[in-house]
Amino acid sequence: MNILVLIEVRNNQIRKASLEALSYAIKQNANVTALLIGHNLNELTTHLAKFKINKIYLADTIVNYATDTFAMALSEVIKLSSANLVLAANTSLSKDLIPYVATAFNAVAVTDVVELNILSNSLEVTKPVYSAKANAIYELTGSLNFLTLRPNVFSQELTGQIYQNTIENLNIKYNEPRSQVIETITTGNTQMELSEAPIIVSGGRGLKAAENFAMLQDLCDVLGAALGASRAVVDAGWISHQFQVGQTGKTVSPQLYIACGISGAIQHLAGMSSSKVIVAINKDPDAPIFKHATYSVVGDVFEIVPRLTKEIKALRDNN
Amino acid sequence: MKIAVCVKAVPDTETKIVLNSDKTNIETNQVKFITSPYDEFAIEEALKIKEANSGTTVTAISMGSNEAKDVLRDSLARGVDEAIHINVDKPLDFSPLTTGKILAKSLSLDSYDIILCGQQGVGTDHSQVPAILAQLLNITQATFIVKLTLKENNTFLAEREIEGSHEIVSGKLPAVFSAQKGLNEPRYPSIKGVMAARKKEIKTLDLTSLNVAEEVSKTNSLVKLKALCLPQNKTSSKNIEGDPDQQVKALVDLLRQEAKVL
Repeated sequence: MNILVLIEVRNNQIRKASLEALSYAIKQNANVTALLIGHNLNELTTHLAKFKINKIYLADTIVNYATDTFAMALSEVIKLSSANLVLAANTSLSKDLIPYVATAFNAVAVTDVVELNILSNSLEVTKPVYSAKANAIYELTGSLNFLTLRPNVFSQELTGQIYQNTIENLNIKYNEPRSQVIETITTGNTQMELSEAPIIVSGGRGLKAAENFAMLQDLCDVLGAALGASRAVVDAGWISHQFQVGQTGKTVSPQLYIACGISGAIQHLAGMSSSKVIVAINKDPDAPIFKHATYSVVGDVFEIVPRLTKEIKALRDNN
Repeated sequence: MKIAVCVKAVPDTETKIVLNSDKTNIETNQVKFITSPYDEFAIEEALKIKEANSGTTVTAISMGSNEAKDVLRDSLARGVDEAIHINVDKPLDFSPLTTGKILAKSLSLDSYDIILCGQQGVGTDHSQVPAILAQLLNITQATFIVKLTLKENNTFLAEREIEGSHEIVSGKLPAVFSAQKGLNEPRYPSIKGVMAARKKEIKTLDLTSLNVAEEVSKTNSLVKLKALCLPQNKTSSKNIEGDPDQQVKALVDLLRQEAKVL
């Protein structure tokens, strides 16, 4: 089995979710190739020394994302490595690139994979469907398949050893891309990306007003958590769409999800019910969110959240 | 200018999901189908472009059985000019690659400057068909867009939403765009639109008339939906009682000692 892992680079950093995909590949005793696309990549390869990779390819000097350019680099390495399986993190970059490239190889791609078993002649792949109300198990039998793995689901494991991996620079003459990114605008919270955050604190209508999200931000700060929101408050204009968790927002699987003043509409549950531990704080004891919570706190968010922030801050200060 | 919008009939997002007897699909008899929510943004964007550029026609295309026809009526009621129904049985069994091949074939029968899709079909949530279409039609793409500006000389600027940022994509038409929430505020069909849509003709194609039946069966063999299963509910929920101080203390203890997430 030859596995090629696309290692995504954002803001000169390797994305954590890409390393989860890499860890998975290495555990399969496969022949593992990694590809990094971007610029100033050489300095990033030191971060990959903790992983045993048969070969690392660098497609360097590509400053901005362009589907055409990235597709050329990825296609080239698929051929060079005789890949049977291409793995990437399930991100907005891979969702643009992976189906585009897979189709060029007449190969099947499955996105947002949460479970993967490599069998002798096929792959068994699980992905949530119908707003996580069901899981679909697909059997893939083609000679080349593409999968994007949901962040935070596959664990990153290190042996503690340092490896001397072989690194090769790709030499490709790229065509002028038909479309390309010409500018990136940071839209607020850069500190923690929602879909990769280990802890998320999310707010809903129970917060009563936009300015009360500051209270949740305080809790986020002491926890090192990312801020999320329900659709109701996004539609009300209290917070922008990039914070929305749920069906028309982001799907997340953090270690800990704290839902504050969120009733738990089915569309919201769709985006967060696979979180490992769910804490629900809501005044209404009949709120549907409690059916999905690991720990239910029936109470006023304005009484609970500040106390929680204080308690955790005290805990962190003591450590 | 010619615009195509790909629309998909999906089970209403409020639907309780019931599996069919062999557990390879959902029971669709009692299910109400709606236009996939992201496709509403795609339709709206097409209509806005049409309103701003005279001589533009908008064609809605949907693959599926009868539910696809209902969704096309909805598109017509909102104001699209033409509707094409690709009649297939059991569209839920098709992989995105198969769907993409069928749609690409029907799109290649005309020459569209802009192809708009929702960024994902709600339900199966693959988020793949727009990129597959761009590849098969050999045109460019901008996915997950929240803003689209058409410029002179058949060029465009699109703003795409990515993690924590927006990217401005510059490119040349023809192109495939996939609509993300935030692109616009979809209009509701007017009563007049609904009445007019009833009388409009929906053109029907199928796999034979598109000459893709053999390709579809080949592509379908690459992937099989083995089973659908309902996820298990959380084993037990602990209700934390007491006054707020007690609740918070108990919660923090549980998160540390039991759940070990702090």
